[in-house]
Amino acid sequence: MTNSIISGIVATFDRDNIDTDQIIPTEYLKSIKKFGFGDFLFDGWRYLDEGRLDMTAEDRSKNYDFILNKEPFVNAQILLTRDNFGCGSSREHAVWALRDFGFKAVIASSFGDIFYNNCFKNSVLPIKLTKEEISHLFKIAHSFPVRFKIDLVKKVINYDHDSSFSFDVKESLLDRIIHNLDDVDITLKNKDQIQAYELSRRQQRPWLFDYRN
Amino acid sequence: MPVTLYDKLWDEHLVQTDDRNESLIYIDRHYLHEVTSPQAFEGLRHKQLKPWRLDANVATPDHNVPTDRGNQFEAESIKDEVSKIQVVELDKNCKNFGIHQFDITSNKQGIVHVMGPELGYTLPGMTIVCGDSHTSTHGAFGCLAMGIGTSEVEHVLATQCLKITKLKNMQVNFSGQLQTGVTSKDIVLHLIKLIGTAGGTGHAIEFSGSYTSSASMESRMTICNMAIEAGAKVGLIGVDSTTIDYVKQHSNLSNSMFDEASKYWKTLHSDTDAIFDKTINIDVSKIKPQVTWGTSPEMTIDFDAEIPSQDSIAEENLENLLLAKAYMGLDESQTLQDLSFDKIFIGSCTNSRIEDLRDAANAVKGKKISKDITEAIVVPGSGMVKAQAEQEGLDKIFIDAGFLWRDPGCSMCLGMNPDQLKPYERCASTSNRNFEGRQGNLGRTHLMSPVMAALTAINGKITDPS
Ligand code: SF4
Repeated sequence: MTNSIISGIVATFDRDNIDTDQIIPTEYLKSIKKFGFGDFLFDGWRYLDEGRLDMTAEDRSKNYDFILNKEPFVNAQILLTRDNFGCGSSREHAVWALRDFGFKAVIASSFGDIFYNNCFKNSVLPIKLTKEEISHLFKIAHSFPVRFKIDLVKKVINYDHDSSFSFDVKESLLDRIIHNLDDVDITLKNKDQIQAYELSRRQQRPWLFDYRN
Repeated sequence: MPVTLYDKLWDEHLVQTDDRNESLIYIDRHYLHEVTSPQAFEGLRHKQLKPWRLDANVATPDHNVPTDRGNQFEAESIKDEVSKIQVVELDKNCKNFGIHQFDITSNKQGIVHVMGPELGYTLPGMTIVCGDSHTSTHGAFGCLAMGIGTSEVEHVLATQCLKITKLKNMQVNFSGQLQTGVTSKDIVLHLIKLIGTAGGTGHAIEFSGSYTSSASMESRMTICNMAIEAGAKVGLIGVDSTTIDYVKQHSNLSNSMFDEASKYWKTLHSDTDAIFDKTINIDVSKIKPQVTWGTSPEMTIDFDAEIPSQDSIAEENLENLLLAKAYMGLDESQTLQDLSFDKIFIGSCTNSRIEDLRDAANAVKGKKISKDITEAIVVPGSGMVKAQAEQEGLDKIFIDAGFLWRDPGCSMCLGMNPDQLKPYERCASTSNRNFEGRQGNLGRTHLMSPVMAALTAINGKITDPS
């Protein structure tokens, strides 16, 4: 299966430094599963009441001023924001929440390093554009709902009939999304090399293998 | 060619680089805790894989553990059902896969980043990862240490390697001597104010300069801990005699092994003339105690400075300022000293080591906390810190002043265990993140040093420590 086109409604978050605790508050990190976080995405902004892990969006009192509670943004697939999105913790739950809500791409002028990496492992594409390009997109997407179309192979965002921005992303990371690749499988193809490295280290730096628990 | 410490560590651990410039880096130490590991173990089971190298892994529960649990408390006794599931799941996973764990009943259990170095699991020159962004802490030992996501936890368990790309090098030179009442926490908050929470993104920050060389391992860990708050997932400091003395005291290595290792460890510093992509020089003697006013660690000011106003900042930052002020319940004319505090939290992987507790105890000795403070808690970072503090009588000083003396854990650093802020409560906190809701839904966090937090407990307000 390949995923080479992302096309969908754009939700805008006009602020910098949206951190992982905003994306999913800590009280919802207690699940030991990898799915089912979508209802808690942006929980502090999205609801008026305090939630629990065993509640769903239906049980909650919603903040209807919040963009993701408004039509058509309840079905948004692309998130447009400003600077340093996903800063803070390393928790992949933040990406799982975005993915489970339905987001397939996040466009920002910069990202937290660990968050950026985590995205590619969960088929969410983080796209870095310049601040000027971001401001331009905000002008287009702020006033009324729009759809962007993102071509992963050509690495372009079509945001208007015939206007587009191209973006840069490492091919190897992009491949993981396009072809649904799993890193563990890829790395284990190099088993022999890892073993050889380990063996030489055992001789060179023996104290690293000597530790008694 | 002269090379940086980061580059040395990188080269030493490089297993291979493929034609697309992605590298496999060998991992020497992997710390695990209950929040970010369950899905990784699940992944191993699903793929029918075993951990690559058991002895590289060490686990402990820290985020969910209640801190008023007392002795002989077992995971099954955790009241919050969902917290219990995570802690019990870690027990099960460690037993099933054969991973060494300091479980909730162990007198060595603690916040993983406090516990690891104390028990000698962190050794200079290692690559260290953990599913937790504050893994940067271990960089204080000349390690390449960084936080990873849960997919990467699974990857490291399965392959003992991490697939990453190389970071750029940034150097931060701290020179000069601290004023009284100023600590390493103030230095690192000041840096974050200066370069912003994205200032170090894409970089490994090496801290150097005369202040850094004179600092204790505890202070160095506080600085490296908060490198991630400056956007850098790696923070590091070259090895010197302070590092080696600490490791000698804490590691379990035989004398001959230690001697052999320290010959190598002494080479772990950047070469003179090594080139950094960016360098920042800071004279620490000019730095005052720092306190955050807003909802991002970069929203930091001198404790006696004006909180930024609408007219004083650039148009593009206005939205951020207004949102933060509204959340923190600040009106235009208030200063930090005008604010009344409800709770005090001394703890977290930033500031719960023995030196931090000594600083705070010193500031409250013989005094009583203000009657306006509804709760003041001191949470040692580990069983070892707790025992040491009790041996020095610090627990008594805190209790006499009106503090609660707790058992080790992440506690009020984040709202995953019973220690939380209620909506709108204002807290003086020695932790590392003042994000919205971090310490509890709608709670208001002001980050500061243990000394400032202790003084705030006594006076109910931010006060001049000098
Ligand atoms: S003390 Fe806070 S920052 Fe440190 S590991 Fe625990 S939750 Fe994370």
